[in-house]
Amino acid sequence: MSAIAHTDPNAAAGGWRSVVADWSGDRQAFQVPWGKAMMWIFLLSDTFVFSCFLTGYMAVRITTTAPWPNPSEVFALTIGGQSIPLILIAIMTFILITSSGTMAMAVNYAYRRDRVRSAALMIVTALFGACFVGMQAFEWTKLIHEGVRPWGNPMGAAQFGSTFFMITGFHGLHVSAGVIYLLTVAARVLAGRYEQGGNYQIVEIAGLYWHFVDLVWVFIFALFYLW
Amino acid sequence: MTHADTADSHTDSHTGSHAGSHAEPHSFWTKYVWSQDHKVIAIQYSLTAIAVGLVALVLSNLMRLQLGFPGAVSFIDPASYYQYVTMHGMIMVIYLLTALFLGGFGNYLIPLMVGARDMVFPYLNMLSYWVYLLAVVVLMAGFFVPGGPTGAGWTLYPPQAILPGTPGTEWGIVLMLTSLVIFIVAATMGGLNYVTTVLQARARGMTLLRMPLTVWGIFVASILALLAFPALFVSGVMMLFDKLLGTSFFMPAIVSMGQTLEHSGGSPVLFQHLFWFFGHPEVYIVALPAFGIISDLISTHARKNIFGYRMMVWAIVAIGGLSFVVWAHHMYVSGMNPYFGYFFATTTLIIAVPTAIKVYNWILTLWRGDIHLTVPMLFAIAFISTFVIGGLTGLFLGNVSVDIPLSDTYFVVAHFHMVMGVSPILAIFGGIYHWYPKVTGRMLDETLGKVHFWVTFLGTYAIYFPMHYLGFLGMPRRYYAYEGYEFIPASAQTLNAFITVAALIVGVCQLVFLFNLAWSAFRGKPAGANPWGATTLEWQTPDTPPKHGNWGAELPVVHRWAYDYSVPGAERDFIPQNVPQSVSPSEAPDADPAAWEGHA
Repeated sequence: MSAIAHTDPNAAAGGWRSVVADWSGDRQAFQVPWGKAMMWIFLLSDTFVFSCFLTGYMAVRITTTAPWPNPSEVFALTIGGQSIPLILIAIMTFILITSSGTMAMAVNYAYRRDRVRSAALMIVTALFGACFVGMQAFEWTKLIHEGVRPWGNPMGAAQFGSTFFMITGFHGLHVSAGVIYLLTVAARVLAGRYEQGGNYQIVEIAGLYWHFVDLVWVFIFALFYLW
Repeated sequence: MTHADTADSHTDSHTGSHAGSHAEPHSFWTKYVWSQDHKVIAIQYSLTAIAVGLVALVLSNLMRLQLGFPGAVSFIDPASYYQYVTMHGMIMVIYLLTALFLGGFGNYLIPLMVGARDMVFPYLNMLSYWVYLLAVVVLMAGFFVPGGPTGAGWTLYPPQAILPGTPGTEWGIVLMLTSLVIFIVAATMGGLNYVTTVLQARARGMTLLRMPLTVWGIFVASILALLAFPALFVSGVMMLFDKLLGTSFFMPAIVSMGQTLEHSGGSPVLFQHLFWFFGHPEVYIVALPAFGIISDLISTHARKNIFGYRMMVWAIVAIGGLSFVVWAHHMYVSGMNPYFGYFFATTTLIIAVPTAIKVYNWILTLWRGDIHLTVPMLFAIAFISTFVIGGLTGLFLGNVSVDIPLSDTYFVVAHFHMVMGVSPILAIFGGIYHWYPKVTGRMLDETLGKVHFWVTFLGTYAIYFPMHYLGFLGMPRRYYAYEGYEFIPASAQTLNAFITVAALIVGVCQLVFLFNLAWSAFRGKPAGANPWGATTLEWQTPDTPPKHGNWGAELPVVHRWAYDYSVPGAERDFIPQNVPQSVSPSEAPDADPAAWEGHA
């Protein structure tokens, strides 16, 4: 009885020890499927990647001796003779956050086993994502035309271009991967691949990834465009 | 256990659709090459890691030849010396130790020890190995490109790592950084599998606090890997951009060879912070699995339950957590704010507390145990010895005021080789001697094993003990030659020659080990299912070596913790984890309070 004797008295003891006994006592630490658990753990790891990128960005922004370009001016678009600051990025952010909404709806319909609506909403989400990447490509093109390069730019500190291309590029890769991921899952949902087991967790798992990518964007937006 | 029972039906419903569900392979290729079986992947990982480790061993002996007998080997010039230093360090830390502990031991032992049929995602697991192999190939390619591999030192500090003057700035550094980034992808795919398998795919009754400490060590180390490698990934990507695109993440304004470089405004210290945010947890990524393996080896071969199991678990978790807040103790002389030193010295010394708990518990497990001096046990006891030495010198170096004069001397070399070179490798040897019978069905030869042990163990002391003394003399590390430094007495050269002879003997002695590995696989004494009389699940498999799916028709059910050794009243001196409590009531300690007391 040694192991039982090791755990069971603690369950009765209450407080911290009973929390541990409860949590460690099951076969599974979390009552979720394996794929979902793994996605959460992966996202935790990926959080550290983005945190390191953003910390690095903040560090070089502090160490560089040249003045940092004013984001309100750099990221402004001239529309109808008016220079509107941050207009493109505002639309991009709006699109990405909207895509989180359509994704959530797709998960909802997936659990109701409404395959067509779920797949359609996933495709809409993917289209929003593709739209975001497209607008990012437009933004990159515009900046490149204005002379911004990873190794330097006419507006000020060279690190502006380096961090901008690196971080938005890395995030853009995440969005692009997410678009492919969502389209794959949507195609499989439509094909009825998950009908057999009736298990549509995969849609939620894909959704987790998508929401994460959106959440990361909020931080990039705040730290890069608003600072 | 109603709690667990409700979970069971839930788990079983998707056990069928995930792990172990891949069909049993029959062709040679799917069985041994593109295998999704965790046991085959483990062996692939281990053999690759050992092969690449041999390269690093040869490099270290070449370095020692130069230091002991300067100029005796004509092809070792300063540039190649630095390349050996760099490649030796990086290979040993990442491509040997990390890969062997997590990819080798982790892959083999986690599913078997927690009672699963395989890792939760076998295909991802297979990819992990092949991506790791790609990383190794890219790294090794460094030896064959113009300019050779990078000679920046294993820490790859910029700006020197990518500037002309350092060997291998043409291709070597690019291949090194690329290889690291690829390795991190592989480690992430593996680590996700290990962590999820431990958390979600245990056999019935295998609660977290019944898991063998080996699994705990590998589990927490995998979490550390998932959270620490991102920092190396990011610093690797940024330095690649500095090198290839001309960005200035880590490059300040520099005048190099009379010319002002294009770079300006970057922060070399940023790289050090990122590198060590990875680098310090990395120490524990190789130490924690070693802790776990040593705990199980000592308990099994001393026929005694591990002392303070719960504290051992908490110590592993605490060390894992603390390892993320000590990184800048590697940077006392980097020019960072001195107040940081105060903070990081404090956290560094705090880490000694859970570590000391572990060492005391090992000693108390040995205390009055029925110690069998088998080869694995010899390695385990040797580990405690070398780890204590390395740990104590770590306390020296953790203090800012002691570290500054000793920084970049051979004292540091001696310290980290004792604590994270020799100690983990002794744990690996012990683990290999211990689990080889399960992997192959045959015992490793004991006489050869003892020769290997004594030469290696005494040899490492002969190598590293004198280095502490050289460090006190102020002998700087990473120097190609030491002629003309007046503060180093001539007798230091005698000591260096002695160290070199010892290193060569230890190096050659590893051939005995390799021979033993190869010979015993075919000619070794048949081992049977459980040659050590161990309690943990991997020794209770229906077949040895375990077949595809590990457990035959039925998964094991766990009824007790992993350390029921020498239970009073039991007929044998061990009770496997899958033996029900009710088999012989007399062996249940709580039936007899006196026995229970002695047991706890």
